[in-house]
Amino acid sequence: MSGTASTYVPKSRVAKWFESRLPIVGLVHSSFIAYPVPRNLNYFWTFGAILAAFLGIQIITGVWLAMHYEPSATGAFNSVEKIMRDVNYGWLLRYAHANGASMFFVAVYVHMFRALYYGSYKAPREVLYILGVIIYLLMMATAFLGYTLPWGQMSFWGATVITNILAAIPVVGDTIQSLLWGGYSVGNPTVNRFFSLHYLLPWMIAGVVVLHVWALHVTGQNNPAGIPIKSGKDAVPFTPYATVKDVFATVVFMILFAWFLFFMPNYLGHADNYIQANPAVTPAHIVPEWYFLPFYAILRAVPDKLGGVILMFSAVIILAFAPWLDTSRIRSCNYRPIYRQFMWVFLGVCFVLGWLGSQPPEGGYVIASQICTAYYFAHFLLVMPLCGLFETPKPLPGSIVESVTGPGRQISGAGMPAGAAAAPQVKG
Amino acid sequence: MANTTAAPADASHDGSRRDFLFLATGAGLAVGAAAVAWPFVSSMAPDADVIAAGAPIEVDLTPIQDGQIVNVFWRGKLIFVRKLTSKEVTDMKGVPLSAMIEPAAFDSRVKNGHDQWLVVYGNCTHLGCVPIGHQGNFEGWACPCHGSQFDAVGRVRRGPAPINLPIPPYAFQTDTKIRIGEMGGKGEA
Amino acid sequence: MAMTRVLSTTLAAAMAALLLGAPARAEDAHGGPVPPRVSWSFAGMFGRFDEAQLQRGFQVYKEVCSACHSMKLVSFRNLAQEGGPHFSASQVKALAATYQVKDGPNDSGEMFERPGRPADTFPAPFPNDQAAAAANGGKAPPDFSVIAKARTFSRGNLTFLYDWLPFVGYTEQGPDYIHGLLNGYKEAPKDFQVPDGGHYNLYYPGHIIAMPPPISDGQVTYAKNDQGQPVVPETVEQYGKDVSAFLMWAAEPHMMDRKALGFRVMLFLIILAGLLYYVKKKVWADVGGEVHGLQPELHKAW
Repeated sequence: MSGTASTYVPKSRVAKWFESRLPIVGLVHSSFIAYPVPRNLNYFWTFGAILAAFLGIQIITGVWLAMHYEPSATGAFNSVEKIMRDVNYGWLLRYAHANGASMFFVAVYVHMFRALYYGSYKAPREVLYILGVIIYLLMMATAFLGYTLPWGQMSFWGATVITNILAAIPVVGDTIQSLLWGGYSVGNPTVNRFFSLHYLLPWMIAGVVVLHVWALHVTGQNNPAGIPIKSGKDAVPFTPYATVKDVFATVVFMILFAWFLFFMPNYLGHADNYIQANPAVTPAHIVPEWYFLPFYAILRAVPDKLGGVILMFSAVIILAFAPWLDTSRIRSCNYRPIYRQFMWVFLGVCFVLGWLGSQPPEGGYVIASQICTAYYFAHFLLVMPLCGLFETPKPLPGSIVESVTGPGRQISGAGMPAGAAAAPQVKG
Repeated sequence: MANTTAAPADASHDGSRRDFLFLATGAGLAVGAAAVAWPFVSSMAPDADVIAAGAPIEVDLTPIQDGQIVNVFWRGKLIFVRKLTSKEVTDMKGVPLSAMIEPAAFDSRVKNGHDQWLVVYGNCTHLGCVPIGHQGNFEGWACPCHGSQFDAVGRVRRGPAPINLPIPPYAFQTDTKIRIGEMGGKGEA
Repeated sequence: MAMTRVLSTTLAAAMAALLLGAPARAEDAHGGPVPPRVSWSFAGMFGRFDEAQLQRGFQVYKEVCSACHSMKLVSFRNLAQEGGPHFSASQVKALAATYQVKDGPNDSGEMFERPGRPADTFPAPFPNDQAAAAANGGKAPPDFSVIAKARTFSRGNLTFLYDWLPFVGYTEQGPDYIHGLLNGYKEAPKDFQVPDGGHYNLYYPGHIIAMPPPISDGQVTYAKNDQGQPVVPETVEQYGKDVSAFLMWAAEPHMMDRKALGFRVMLFLIILAGLLYYVKKKVWADVGGEVHGLQPELHKAW
């Protein structure tokens, strides 16, 4: 699958028998044990494993919550409270799932920033990257569907606002809205089907993640230097080196997760969602969860309803075009002194957009949102193409090893074991 | 950080310390995994409100007539509360143990001093169907599913049911009130 | 290039100014005063509910608030569980029996009333929301089961940056709001129009609240100590604290379990992370150590 020949040799007769019928052990060996990984990866590269761990956490806590949750307009809110009060460790399952979603998004944003900063989207990793954008879109859909399920005020009104947005799509908008609602407004049929879809989508995410990891193993990891593996010393086998680093980073990330779960479980949420949904009363400020705030700011920056919708979706879709918008032949921002500055500004603008999304859409906040939205798109449409054309990059190091030790110095210890391919074969 | 040359000072000492470190960490991860698994298993146990709803219930016997069978539910299971007529009491006392599939003396089916009151689970002991009262040849119940028959104090008299209708835990609070779900109280044998 | 460094630092400074220049007074985002911060026994990593306070708070709820405010998600039996007011099982049984609870239909098809049991939830004072609104000037009094988590206020735009941190964090906005509200009934300022049926309250959003001041000094008589002396003052200030603490428990009965387990989990994870750090270092020593980090040539760039 990865292009490297599997070096796995089954030892026992049973193992040989099984391997000749379903070579899954060999597959795991070549993908996660012998698989060569650049030796200069920093902790940004552990977030893939963290994301996989959190997908697992969300699915498992979600399935367990589904044993007790009642997906009806009359029963949902009370069933969630029953989970919190009466189910053994129900409070733990619920808070783990709610805060796990936030942690999932923290990790995905760090992961995406890594891709943008180190040029992981550039050839030959375009499909890998686009699969990642698809995963991100599926995550957004899953999170939106999941947030409606407790049937609090924010659940109901957030669902109303977003499904009203879909009605702005010309020709098919009203039909889509009606099919999502299952009625004439957000109501019981809506929560019922949103629960079903919320249960479905994570399995689709898991499927796309399999494709994502497959595509990764065809090209191999990018690395902070942005240059390919050239010799055995540039790489180390995934196990135990990357494995132990990933486990360490995941446990550290769990400390952050545990802090929110056990001591600040409602901090990332909204108090209004502890009020049962009431179609007659709209909350003073409807806000989505924090991870949607930048897009919310972009949506409200445009006075026209359809324009706002188009711009909001474009803000995500434009990510997929990065491999072709960026004209630089240098991958990593470590060697792109000008573009690196723009990346930090871009990050700052994303934070500001997020903050603006939490403010009321009036006066100076709207103007600031418009400026920041313009800058957001300018980064993709102007900075990415132009920087690559005019920037003088720093000279690239000769090899990965050289990039961290300096030219002419040696590194001790082994790299990839003899007999393993130096790098996964890249076709084309 | 990159240019460490090898050759540790004390290879074997370093090796065992390293092994201990690996062992401790591995044990920590295993303990962590087990600790994570526990809440999931525990959350599948009946929750607090189900347990609370399964608390003992009280049944007032005053409105029940001679020969009447009343249905009550406790912990989601059907229970027959039956007031036997004096004829039924005499008949049931007279049945020889040899005639029963699961021999049980009359006194073991009722509480001391309350001969006309029968409290049994209302599911046939064959495969769980609800038998119909005042039917069959034994002044008791007949099950429509596969033909089992029980007598007036719930003893199985014709199969395929293998055992008598089981008796839930109950006790008389007064002569006219029983509490199903816990033992103790007046008249407990 | 020096130019780009100047450019980026200026931009960063501008953004910082924009964000931090926001008014940093102790006012909420809408310009109203912020409820004072009470020192709760249950706040912080090691916070615990005070059983006596919860029992007093329950007394206030029962004698004053329950006339209008339901608490539909709390059962009588919860009052006896660990981590709460911790009344005894027999006290709870006796308390439940003083309430009449709707049940049925009976065999004649009619609904009937019976004495409460520990498994029952607190009966609501009104049969439905419409009756509650009709009896209260058009606004139904909110249910109290999760109200301590359903109310908050903002204290300025950037407090979110540090509210989540250990030791300086702040998650008790709900009880602070309730306590503030109960003590916040004041004379309206001269130029403020108070509509009919409304009451001026310092902390209620918009300042006009439909509920009249619900409680006054001395209204609830607390149990005295062994010497016949009051344990705490019987003032609205104290009632507010006690009932807010009780409502925090009602909203989150497992808070103490959560914090206790949280401490053990954090300790375990920190130790495990430490062990894994050394394991990682040992494993990577075989290949000459990890070599990431700011690459040498980049050191010169800054």
